[in-house]
Amino acid sequence: MELALNQPAPLLKRLSWFDWLFAVVVAAGSLFALSRFGEYMDIYEKAILLAAIPSLAVFGWFWKPFRPLFLAVGAISLFAISQYQGNLARMEEAFFLKYLISSQAAIMWMCALFGLATIAYWGGLLGRSGFVLKTGTSLTWSAVALGFVGLMVRWYESYLIGTDVGHIPVSNLYEVFVLFCLITAMMYLYYEARYQTRQLGAFVLLVISAAVGFILWYTFDRGAHEIQPLVPALKSWWMKLHVPANFIGYGSFSLSAMLGVGYLLAQRGILASRLPKLEVIDDMMYKAIAIGFAFFTIATILGAMWAAEAWGGYWSWDPKETWALIVWLNYAAWLHIRLVKGLRGAMLAWWAVVGLFVTTFAFLGVNMFLSGLHSYGEL
Amino acid sequence: MNTAPHSFGKALFELMSSMRFAISLLSILAVASIVGTVLKQAEPYNNYIIQFGPFWFQVFEKLGLYDVYHASWFLLILTFLVVSTSVCIWRNAPNFAREMKSFREHVSEQSLAAFKHQHEAVTTQAPEVLAAKAQAYLEGQGYKVKSLPREDGVLLAAKAGSWNRLGYFLAHSAIVMICIGGLMDGNLVFKAQQLLGTKKIETRDIPQSQVPAISRLTPSNPSFRGSVQIPEGSSASVAFLNVADGYLVQDLPFVVGLKDFRIEHYSTGQPKSFESDVELFDHAGKKIREATIAVNHPLIHDGIAIYQASFADGGTRLTLRGWNLFAPTAASFPVEGTVHQNATLTSAAGDYTLEFVDFRPFNIENMGGEIADSGDAMSVLGGSPVSDNKHLRNVGPSFQYKVRDARGQAREFSNYMLPLELDGRWYLMSGVRESPNEAFRYLRMPLDADGDIDTFMRLRGALLNAELRPEIAARFARQALPQNAWGTEIEDKLKFSATQVLALFAEGGFQALGGFIETKVPEAEREKAASTYLRILELAAFEALQVANRQAHLPAPKADDTTGWLVRDTLNSMSDLFVYGAPIYLQLMSYDEVKASGLQLTRSPGKNVVYFGSLLLTLGVFFMLYVRERRVWLRIKPGNALLAMSSAKHTIDFEKEFTQHAQALDSLTQ
Ligand code: HEM
Repeated sequence: MELALNQPAPLLKRLSWFDWLFAVVVAAGSLFALSRFGEYMDIYEKAILLAAIPSLAVFGWFWKPFRPLFLAVGAISLFAISQYQGNLARMEEAFFLKYLISSQAAIMWMCALFGLATIAYWGGLLGRSGFVLKTGTSLTWSAVALGFVGLMVRWYESYLIGTDVGHIPVSNLYEVFVLFCLITAMMYLYYEARYQTRQLGAFVLLVISAAVGFILWYTFDRGAHEIQPLVPALKSWWMKLHVPANFIGYGSFSLSAMLGVGYLLAQRGILASRLPKLEVIDDMMYKAIAIGFAFFTIATILGAMWAAEAWGGYWSWDPKETWALIVWLNYAAWLHIRLVKGLRGAMLAWWAVVGLFVTTFAFLGVNMFLSGLHSYGEL
Repeated sequence: MNTAPHSFGKALFELMSSMRFAISLLSILAVASIVGTVLKQAEPYNNYIIQFGPFWFQVFEKLGLYDVYHASWFLLILTFLVVSTSVCIWRNAPNFAREMKSFREHVSEQSLAAFKHQHEAVTTQAPEVLAAKAQAYLEGQGYKVKSLPREDGVLLAAKAGSWNRLGYFLAHSAIVMICIGGLMDGNLVFKAQQLLGTKKIETRDIPQSQVPAISRLTPSNPSFRGSVQIPEGSSASVAFLNVADGYLVQDLPFVVGLKDFRIEHYSTGQPKSFESDVELFDHAGKKIREATIAVNHPLIHDGIAIYQASFADGGTRLTLRGWNLFAPTAASFPVEGTVHQNATLTSAAGDYTLEFVDFRPFNIENMGGEIADSGDAMSVLGGSPVSDNKHLRNVGPSFQYKVRDARGQAREFSNYMLPLELDGRWYLMSGVRESPNEAFRYLRMPLDADGDIDTFMRLRGALLNAELRPEIAARFARQALPQNAWGTEIEDKLKFSATQVLALFAEGGFQALGGFIETKVPEAEREKAASTYLRILELAAFEALQVANRQAHLPAPKADDTTGWLVRDTLNSMSDLFVYGAPIYLQLMSYDEVKASGLQLTRSPGKNVVYFGSLLLTLGVFFMLYVRERRVWLRIKPGNALLAMSSAKHTIDFEKEFTQHAQALDSLTQ
């Protein structure tokens, strides 16, 4: 019987040798890290590391391009680390480190590549050139790779400064802005492949470019790229979970807002012939908000659990917490609007765009204008 | 007439459970939450009065804006959310539960044919055969399939993703659960007691033991969140709960003793850890346990979690040297002080109260500010993220105190123990400010060759001493004139000028001199006069130092640059004394530090309810968003098969899946 038509094979049978190789590399790398650095980790951190093995493996199986990205980032980061020879001063001497893959150099390259990708996407969109759009995609991938290398190397550098200074680079505004760029770009790349449309990159890369602009200003004007030791409140394994989960939320909300902009333009006939159909944009927007909402829910819960341990209460109505709630309520409302007949279309797109302002305020504005317990990363 | 309330109830039910109402509630709650982030919550009421003025202060107080999240109107919105969500679940529950179970096998053929997503295929196969194949296919796709024989063929009714509905129950009941858990940990019980008059907020600043029972909460209080400061070597059996403009005392079921409090620092001076070694005793004095509490590492005992929240001075003992700044002598007197305690100073001008406020063993100051290389792009591009903390410096211990005069007016002072280098010379700094929101302005007292302020004080005493003035003026005039002019009228004039300048300066510093020049000298000559007077003052001051040293049986000062600067700095500093605002200066000689640890104590029985709710919420959200609910029907008759598909949510995935099933049917029927 040729009845197997379109029948999904069981997951394990669908895996190729590359998938298995990937899983083995992930496991080997993690176990090596565990054996080598285990003494510096507490039980929770070990658990996080071990849980990362299946999570990363399955994620790689689910989203195939993640595998080469992961391997490339791993290889380049290891190369960079080997170049250091345990000596921080090599940053200024070794050629590769100085110009390419010391953390600061890699992050600056990431910024430049995101800038170029933005130009390419717009060029491709306006000039209706598939090739130029494809260049935009490649540039975005390269930017993501270098950005991750930058963060990985920064992690290592922080330990070179001092074992008591070392920490995962998600602890201040500079580092999380880099993370934000990377996560937003990765989510976009995923949907780009899934919906086979590149035109929307022009919009999404705008919000990433804005973040890049902030990173540059923050670096040049404030010297924010300097690695600072952690304040006692941030010394917790919760940070490793809470912050990335939050940024998946922020990233996807920003993504949805830019899709909303595309939607509103297309609906008014601007660039309409160049952009995907409205239903497609709408669907992407929904997907982005759905994943963002789910992760933001988790992030907020993790934040509450951390707060219970650090501040003595799972909810203190601190401005950052409260704004997280506002963002969350905002997107809960968005999801409910979708379920009401007649309120869809432009209304949802507008709401998503406004959501970006709410999100940005929660992310940045609170640190700038309001004070509270979340006093890391003041401007 | 009977139907009216009934239909009103029904309308209310409809409204509360409607989606539009839910959206409005979510939006209103979001907007209402903003209020408390814009207005700083739970500040001392005085700050609000200063900020808004007495009228608006009262209006805002009535609106509960100083504690928005416990204000009745905010709780009302939350109640609406809980009620609305509950009603919504109540309303949907029967339908959703039925739907989860049902295969909807009773759909008629006509309605299937009217579906938006339907597809018909001709077939030569026997209905049963095709049905079996199609069932296998659908099951392979993850559907639950029910095969129903019909008189002229078969109906396959299939469904997938029923957990989507389960997700709805989980997520929405989780909202209710989380709100209830939050309420359990809130202060509703106290609010009720306050309304009934059985409990009252304490607003007086009195010792804890004197707080009456009406403002105390018993150890059995189910939920609280309070804090207490314990000095090293002491213990506490209560916690304080801040409420509105007062507080409540929470009696604890145990006694917390603090053995030691430690702050560790990174090499850059930033704090690295705060740790308290505590011991718990029962009320009979028996030790229960010992533990170390650190930030992110609380101690949980008997349902009460104890957290490291802050630290403060616990009553450091200070050994001080006091100087009467306006006495015409160099003498000092000893003062003993303890932080958080007061001392009285008696003087001819009336009594002063010294209130010792704080002591800090370290002060990390940014001594440079600017990033040196910010203009150089390359240095950042290829640059190093290694921070050069060369600007940060520990400038040593300092202590803060207030000097309150007989009328109750106070100024706050902050004195450093160690000298600071400024412009290449060393000074002892004393900061002064009138109110807590001002920055300190600093008095700099120059150090002498011994590294102390004694010379400054000696010279100050001599300059203030009117009896020494004739001698100083005489010495000055002799020094200033060649020998042949001695004893002439010029010398007398010079002596007179010097005496006058010295007297003016001793009365009010440079301001007094300036005032004199302004009233007595025509405008065109003022600048010249000023520089002449300044010159006279500096030279006379040098002579004053000679006299003072001689009286103190000290060697004469060298006439060099160092002494020159010392004299000049002394004059500047003395002039500042007139706006310093206190008649005394206190120099910190030594200290015996006692730290206090700020602990927070919480009992929150609702926490587990909230956590469980959170778990359900997470599961529910994932089920709702990632389990797609859909149904497929296949009506097979001899000769043809009709495929119909439906879902509560039409997404692009759904369209794709329908196309796939339609194609599958086509190939199955061939
Ligand atoms: C904080 C409060 C709430 C949150 C976080 C929340 C969350 C959600 C989410 C995530 C969905 C799924 C949306 C989708 O599938 O795209 C949903 C659906 C729904 N919500 Fe809520 N909700 C809340 C309050 C309410 C309230 C107050 C009501 C009713 C008055 C309500 C009624 C519904 C209904 C009827 C659905 C549709 C279920 C379905 O057809 O699958 N929700 N909710």
